[in-house]
Amino acid sequence: MRYSAWTLFKEGISGNRGWKPMWREPDPKSEYDIVVVGAGHGMATGYYLAKEFGCRSVAVLEKGWLGSGNIGRNTTIVRSNYMLPENQPFYELSLKLWEGLEQALNFNVMVSQRGIINLCHSDPQRDAFARRGNAMRLSGADAELLDRDGVRRLCPFLNFENARFPITGGLWQKRGGTVRHDAVAWGYARAADDLGVDLVQNCEVTGFLISNGTCTGVETTRGTIKAKKVGVAVAGSSGRVMARAGMRLPIESHVLQAFVSEGLKPVLPGVLTFGAGHFYVSQSDKGGLVFGGDIDGYNSYAQRGNLPTVEDVCEGGMALMPMIGRARLLRIWGGLVDMSMDGSPFIDKTHIEGLYFNGGWNYGGFKATPASGYCFAHLIARDAPHPFAAGMRLDRFRRGAAIDEKGVGAQPNLH
Amino acid sequence: MIIDHPLLGPRDAAEFVCLGDASLIERPDGRADDALEKFYQYQFIRDNPDGVHRELWFHEYGDRSWLVVTRNTLTHEIYNVELAREVAREMGRGR
Ligand SMILES: Cc1cc2nc3c(=O)[nH]c(=O)nc-3n(C[C@H](O)[C@H](O)[C@H](O)COP(=O)(O)OP(=O)(O)OC[C@H]3O[C@@H](n4cnc5c(N)ncnc54)[C@H](O)[C@@H]3O)c2cc1C
Repeated sequence: MRYSAWTLFKEGISGNRGWKPMWREPDPKSEYDIVVVGAGHGMATGYYLAKEFGCRSVAVLEKGWLGSGNIGRNTTIVRSNYMLPENQPFYELSLKLWEGLEQALNFNVMVSQRGIINLCHSDPQRDAFARRGNAMRLSGADAELLDRDGVRRLCPFLNFENARFPITGGLWQKRGGTVRHDAVAWGYARAADDLGVDLVQNCEVTGFLISNGTCTGVETTRGTIKAKKVGVAVAGSSGRVMARAGMRLPIESHVLQAFVSEGLKPVLPGVLTFGAGHFYVSQSDKGGLVFGGDIDGYNSYAQRGNLPTVEDVCEGGMALMPMIGRARLLRIWGGLVDMSMDGSPFIDKTHIEGLYFNGGWNYGGFKATPASGYCFAHLIARDAPHPFAAGMRLDRFRRGAAIDEKGVGAQPNLH
Repeated sequence: MIIDHPLLGPRDAAEFVCLGDASLIERPDGRADDALEKFYQYQFIRDNPDGVHRELWFHEYGDRSWLVVTRNTLTHEIYNVELAREVAREMGRGR
């Protein structure tokens, strides 16, 4: 069923009885050409495998329900304001895919290009942002350096006179913004299902069938499933899932928390990030302030965080915009993030034939969903990396080719 | 989380920073033939288990000692806290 203003109108006047479920609930078959594990980036991968690479026998296996992973837990910010050549063209591809995604999927994922401003608080930081802005523009992205008055015109409510961290300007990407996270999972699932991809929920992968260095399928809680190729995209679970294939990774699992305040009248012009602490905030269409900050900082598979981080994040918010001090917090939750040794992701083959890995997205992989799905599908279908993901290799540390945007070295909780 | 410091007693985890897997104590021998491979594994590759994990914590806002904390990454429960110095000595290290 294609969604349109006409179907909405027709259903509206006929009691909404004609809507169909958005996807099937198939039992897993015993064999597929390609099995993708995890229904976040994996759901997008399934869609692009069918849509762009003509793969007809594809299953996406999800341990929980669709959207139970980080794809439904993040703070919904999308942007392409990276600097390094291995990253920036990839994220710009992603932003371009976001811009056409609703038409491609025939689904309203609420892409809202309300802009993102990264604030700076010192002269060296402004210089660094100028450099980053130039790198962004070289990749074809948009970037604009704002001075203090430029920021003040857009966000008069910020604490410009903060004695310790005065605001000296900001880097503005107008095409950045937010996208409704659950809708992305649903939109990809519906479109993939339409192309014959089986989304199998409540199906946890518990092991891999590996013989003579070749992966020939997976063991799951719903039986053995054979496959010619297996792609794994399980974010914070990367360590424990790949351990079942005998692999150790340059990844630690950490917990990142997200926060939503009570609904307020529209106050924020777009997404804002504090450059002196770690705090980022946007306002949802319902009015709640959606914000976050640092990861908790220790290995965790608990999907919930601790209170010191809550305090730290809220302090960052208060330093930046004291006006939110009386807004109450409505909800807090956590997600498992796959922090890598250089803060950048992996889209690569493993040393096991037929087994492919996608992970290391740190706290910033939601914006990557379309490009990650596309490039992972490219890798699996063609056995060759997509040019824009060619640097995202698992062996890059061995070769001294880390992609470290922040330059902090191999300590995941600092990225 | 409360970390039961062997010298100072129970302290709020917020006083500490976490460095990660305690295997970082076992720095490889830089003169060995396979030093390159060993250092690659040491520096970049992790076990990252769900469940019991031994890790290094630094008492940054306290007595600045390094601790080895045995903790459950699924529940955040802390089982054991030792001075990293003593763990290293038990492994035959000078300090
Ligand atoms: C609180 C929070 C805020 C964030 N904010 C942003 C943001 O503003 N912008 C941004 O770009 N990014 C953000 N991120 C990061 C982003 O959400 C993730 O990087 C991204 O969603 C990861 O995608 P994924 O597909 O790898 O993981 P997921 O969406 O988590 O998908 C992995 C799936 O694999 C499943 N799985 C795990 N183990 C198994 C198994 N054994 N068998 C089968 N299935 C399994 C999981 O259930 C899960 O559904 C945030 C993350 C968090 C936690």
